[in-house]
Amino acid sequence: MSFNNLDTLYRQVIMDHYKNPRNKGTLADDTITIDMNNPTCGDRIELHLQIENDIVKDAKFEGEGCSISMSSASMMTQAIKGKNVDDAVKMSSIFSNMMLGEELDEVEMDLGDIEALQGVSKFPARIKCATLAWKAMEKAVAEDEKQ
Amino acid sequence: MNVEAIREQFPILNQEVNGHPLVYLDSAATSQKPIKVIEALNSYYHLDNSNVHRGVHTLGTRATDQYEGARDKVKQFIHAASTEEIIFTRGTTTAINMVGYGYARHFLKEGDEVVITQMEHHSNIIPWQQACKYTGATLKYIPMESDGTITLDAVRETITSNTKIVAITHVSNVLGTINPIREIADIAHENGAILLVDGAQGIPHLKVDVQALDCDFYAFSGHKMCGPTGIGVLYGKKALLEKMEPVEFGGEMIDFVDLYDSTWKELPWKFEGGTPIIAGAIGLGAAIDFLNEIGMEEIEAHEKQLVSYAQEKLSTIDGITIYGPKQRSGLVTFNIEGVHPHDTATVLDAEGIAVRAGHHCAQPLMKWLQATATARASFYLYNTNDDIDRLVEGIQRAKEYFGDVF
Repeated sequence: MSFNNLDTLYRQVIMDHYKNPRNKGTLADDTITIDMNNPTCGDRIELHLQIENDIVKDAKFEGEGCSISMSSASMMTQAIKGKNVDDAVKMSSIFSNMMLGEELDEVEMDLGDIEALQGVSKFPARIKCATLAWKAMEKAVAEDEKQ
Repeated sequence: MNVEAIREQFPILNQEVNGHPLVYLDSAATSQKPIKVIEALNSYYHLDNSNVHRGVHTLGTRATDQYEGARDKVKQFIHAASTEEIIFTRGTTTAINMVGYGYARHFLKEGDEVVITQMEHHSNIIPWQQACKYTGATLKYIPMESDGTITLDAVRETITSNTKIVAITHVSNVLGTINPIREIADIAHENGAILLVDGAQGIPHLKVDVQALDCDFYAFSGHKMCGPTGIGVLYGKKALLEKMEPVEFGGEMIDFVDLYDSTWKELPWKFEGGTPIIAGAIGLGAAIDFLNEIGMEEIEAHEKQLVSYAQEKLSTIDGITIYGPKQRSGLVTFNIEGVHPHDTATVLDAEGIAVRAGHHCAQPLMKWLQATATARASFYLYNTNDDIDRLVEGIQRAKEYFGDVF
């Protein structure tokens, strides 16, 4: 593998999200907070979601981890803001399939920056880094539905 | 020591990974296996496979002889007083848990203390947390110095007459710290406590004499010392093993079975319920033969040279933090400023270099180091200074790569 192959993993847009994470921070108390970690590597995310009438009004995250996990969290929060929770969960399953190497169906949903993470599917050891934030989001939505 | 000749005995090392010759620097996770070990497993399954201790037939005798022969090799390798003191287990984790269940839960009571350190692997922390929760005993930690070592003064201050069990790693899997086992054993014994040593990172790299160390238990894994996975050893002093309860009940380990009660076989078999790990033990025996042919002193000297070369070379890299003491076993744990260790490991992998990144099953130690994760390069008898040069180049490229994108 050359550095060109590394470029399929570390795309410019990923590095931009890693360096300048969007939606970094916390939200007020009346929001849902989910702590999730990847026990095999120590990556950690604290995700805050404000959900009103099934719409994700706001999303913020704190955490520690590698470029892939942190950029994925940044992109995920950006992508789900303003979306219906069902669409957010649907997006998460599209993302999971993308990690399994499935081709994206462009028409189905516009994933924006997230498509940059497609290259992660070629690095099986790093897939869990990319999916951490999405798993946290799915858990937060499930919590919201319970309440 | 002729490293080139040794490398030829490890076929796995002779391959390209991602277009580069493989540099394997993850032996602390698991070591590679020499032809001799692979062939021992092969030959057992090709020619001698049978269950042990029960067949009257010839294959049964061959399998039993080889299995018990491996126990004798382990006994000699660690200089135990008798083969009764050598219990085959699945690995270090199982061995420590056997003591946690079979000894600690039976003999600890409220007010007793178990003493460990913050540099332990999870497998030498959680069994004691659980035993303490179960019995009401208290878990205590020997404080560490800033370089990741412990002093005998700290050991003396932590161990009291209430301490019943001291459990400590021989060599830290993150820092490479080599602990003064004999001195700690003496302090434990003066206070009426027993000492268990986690030898997973010790025995592959150092000559171990359990009688000279005077430890009460010594637990280790085969797969980190050129043997197969799924085999390990619990060494215990005979008097303690006699007091200790079996944790697995069933076939192989019984003497007489009645409708409502049963009695156990003598040592060591009372701890080996079920069909044992026959091929694994035979493979471990072959690994011991292999290590003996080279000589543990030779291996130790080779690794000492490697690790000091690695420390010297790595310390020239701008922005690197190296964790742990100067005097250490054959591994270097580090972080590069501005590059997460997973990213470092991915860039190194693209260059054919295998290192470990993460918390190394030592979360309390990571907390102490104030790092969420680190990268670790660990060495063994088949590594060379060239491997370390490749590592240094790889780290430089990781820095360039992440420097460029920022």
